[in-house]
Amino acid sequence: MPSKPDTLDRFSLPDAAGHFGGYGGVFVPETLMTALSELAAAYEVARKDPKFQAELRHYLKEFAGRPTELYFAEGLTKHAGGAKIYLKREDLLHTGAHKINNALAQALLAKRMGKKRIIAETGAGQHGVATAAACAKFGLECVVYMGAHDMARQALNVFRMRLMGAEVRGVEAGQKTLKEAINEAMRDWVTNVRTTHYILGTAYGSHPYPMMVRDFHRVIGQEAKEQILAREGRLPDELIACVGGGSNAIGLFFEFLEEPNVRMIGVEAGGRGITQGAHAARFAGGRLGVLQGCKTFLLQNADGQIELTHSVSAGLDYAAVGPEHAFYRERGRIEFAYATDDEVLEVFQLCSRLEGIIPALESTHALVEGLKRAKQLGKDKVIIVNLSGRGDKDVEQVAKILAAKS
Amino acid sequence: MSRLASAFARAKAQNRAAFIGYICAGDPDFDTSLAVGRTLLNAGVDILELGVPFSDPLADGLTNQLAAQRALESGMNAAKVFELVRRLRAEFPAAPIVFYTYYNLVFANGVDAYIRAAHEAGVNGMLTLDLPPEESGEVQAAAKKHGLDTVFIVAPTTPDARIATIAAATTGFIYYVSREGVTGVRADSAANIPSAVARIRARTQLPVAVGFGISTRAQVAQVAADADGVVVGSALVNCIRENLGAPATMIARLATVAADLVAGTRR
Repeated sequence: MPSKPDTLDRFSLPDAAGHFGGYGGVFVPETLMTALSELAAAYEVARKDPKFQAELRHYLKEFAGRPTELYFAEGLTKHAGGAKIYLKREDLLHTGAHKINNALAQALLAKRMGKKRIIAETGAGQHGVATAAACAKFGLECVVYMGAHDMARQALNVFRMRLMGAEVRGVEAGQKTLKEAINEAMRDWVTNVRTTHYILGTAYGSHPYPMMVRDFHRVIGQEAKEQILAREGRLPDELIACVGGGSNAIGLFFEFLEEPNVRMIGVEAGGRGITQGAHAARFAGGRLGVLQGCKTFLLQNADGQIELTHSVSAGLDYAAVGPEHAFYRERGRIEFAYATDDEVLEVFQLCSRLEGIIPALESTHALVEGLKRAKQLGKDKVIIVNLSGRGDKDVEQVAKILAAKS
Repeated sequence: MSRLASAFARAKAQNRAAFIGYICAGDPDFDTSLAVGRTLLNAGVDILELGVPFSDPLADGLTNQLAAQRALESGMNAAKVFELVRRLRAEFPAAPIVFYTYYNLVFANGVDAYIRAAHEAGVNGMLTLDLPPEESGEVQAAAKKHGLDTVFIVAPTTPDARIATIAAATTGFIYYVSREGVTGVRADSAANIPSAVARIRARTQLPVAVGFGISTRAQVAQVAADADGVVVGSALVNCIRENLGAPATMIARLATVAADLVAGTRR
């Protein structure tokens, strides 16, 4: 069933208080309320300031390497034997993932606001590395919070951050992954709010973050739209992207929300399967709740305690999903699927072998779904998969997993 | 007059600030926590603030995070937290009990149902750390319906204009967090408490309690000179943590520490 065309003006959301329909909002301790409204006000001015936009475009081009290619994946297309698969090559960006779009933009915004200290959370380390790079570039102090478990499985990214002058603080609480890193970053922010800007790494949290991070990644979809029109002379039939918080996905999808014939699929982490604690597919096993700043779909128990999650990819290993995704899912505009660890490990190798491209484990979730969809669709159809990051950071971990399996 | 209002009025009549003691419900387990609550109320604590253990307490420092973790690991859940309140309520019919909680625990199964259950168990007020007044319409309505007082926070970063918004959502007392940061013991005292309390008083008739980082009798006395209430949390929770293997010592220590801190409230 094709997804419904959406008649909603995509720019009408969120409302002034950060609501995407029944999702989003502002749910933080009082100490942060003023910082959030100051941030929203500063962003509102910056987004309309041609000087800010020109400066951002300059760094996106010359520092980050935009635009990224829209690459026809011949090997994967042949393998699937159906629809043409294009890859939006965000993996080619400086620091290795789409995260640099947002990190650069927020670092510029922090400079404008006169904040000289930056904090960030990171799961897979890609957002941490991007933030560390942006801070090195602009001479800002940088502290990155990272779960101790993630530090172990993404050791290379920890080294990269430190090399660029960031302080990486390990978080030992709970299951030692992204959620705990965000808790700790928020505690730091509450404590140092007057001097510090929090560069949140995904389209999540309290207003204005989900909107602002989305806006900073819209460039992905804007480029992809132009590129596919130039290559194929028409819009794609389907867009597919992985969804942790959902920043690369909303960045690709946003430009197409009002195109009724473009179907959009977000892919969550199915982990070891949809049983409690074994996955991070919020739309498959979650329900409405409030966590870390916003109202959205959460993995939680009967009392509202947040459940443990699991994914082979640290970047998708998170109990909540961005509020804008929850909103468009409710409207039937964005559909959601999940990929399991085993599927991901197989396609990680397949893409490397067939395309000479090592994808990030996160992005591989989108590739898994892309291959499934391509098989079902005719050869006249076109799919764009967002290759949101490169897999260099993952090779050591995958080597260990494969060695253990053989 | 609500139980909270009575507690502040009584303290005022005695020329002292009300003492608000915080512990995490179920820390380190149900039975010990019940004994701890009983000890605090017997030691003269005016208002018992019960932290409802949450998996992700992002406004709390390490001391309270670990307390929540101990409680959850011992098997505390919503039903047991309410049971703990019922047991304390049975022993202390007049003692004001306030929940200190996070919004998802209130929201997960319906705000109205949760607040009704809290009221029925004997809870008199509720502070929800990550719920600003702007998002609290449902909580305010349910609290009014079931006769629970609301407590909201004013922070040093709160502009004057917001204080009125916060006060309008509050029926119990204003909780002034004396510094930017998370909960926890600090050696130094926060500056500017008298002017902050005056800033709030200029905008509301509600009682003003001050908390975050207050842990010694001297600090209590300093804050009590200006505020209607003084909140102490981590100093009490530390007594629990330091005596985990020895419940009798823990209770004796808490009785001494709480009585000493309460004595600091006299003006």
